[in-house]
Amino acid sequence: MPVSVRTLFFAAHRELLGRSEIEVDLPEGATVADLVDRLRGRGAPFDGLPSQPTVAVNRTYAPLTVVLASGDEVAFIPPVAGG
Amino acid sequence: MVHAEIVRHPIEPDAILERVGCDRDGAVLLFLGVVRDHADGRSVTGMRYDAYEEMAGDVVRAIASEASERFGTDGIAVTHRVGELSVGDVSVAIAVSTPHRAEAYDASRWVIEEIKRRLPIWKKERYVEGDDAWVQGNAPPIDATPGDAS
Repeated sequence: MPVSVRTLFFAAHRELLGRSEIEVDLPEGATVADLVDRLRGRGAPFDGLPSQPTVAVNRTYAPLTVVLASGDEVAFIPPVAGG
Repeated sequence: MVHAEIVRHPIEPDAILERVGCDRDGAVLLFLGVVRDHADGRSVTGMRYDAYEEMAGDVVRAIASEASERFGTDGIAVTHRVGELSVGDVSVAIAVSTPHRAEAYDASRWVIEEIKRRLPIWKKERYVEGDDAWVQGNAPPIDATPGDAS
């Protein structure tokens, strides 16, 4: 059963890709790192995403080793600059 | 009362102040972050704030409740605005009330530093010349999660 995750992009990443979200299908057991590799493997402009991004899984900062489940929301988080 | 929110409308500092303070608190402190007219020697006309709004709401509420626990007060109100702002507009307001002044200053400083460290918000400066650029930010620590009291 493939795992389908909703991937969100913000700020500079959103501008780089020209879109704010994308649905990605991954094999069962795939991690966030696998998602990053899959996206970057699409070539330009996706290869402009960082290879070791900060991510949030389901709105919580998470390591790249987290195993994904169908329906998860993964956000690429560029360096933050609130205030 | 602890209160925290992300808004798209102008911030009214008086309304934020009204959320804090009680008879046992002798110190009430208001911090405002305001869009300034320059950055790194360039003239700035405004700022666009983007947010991962659903998560930013969770994170700002976590910061406020952690501050409440850490500094022993329920008098914490934090509001961060997103969208298009001009020079002079308030981007963030932090109101704190505590029995004595030292904790109020400490709590207010702690909240703004946590916002800069981990709130998923980004800002883009617009310059007088018409170009713009994302402000360089901080990579948030991955252990800084809503509900994490560390």
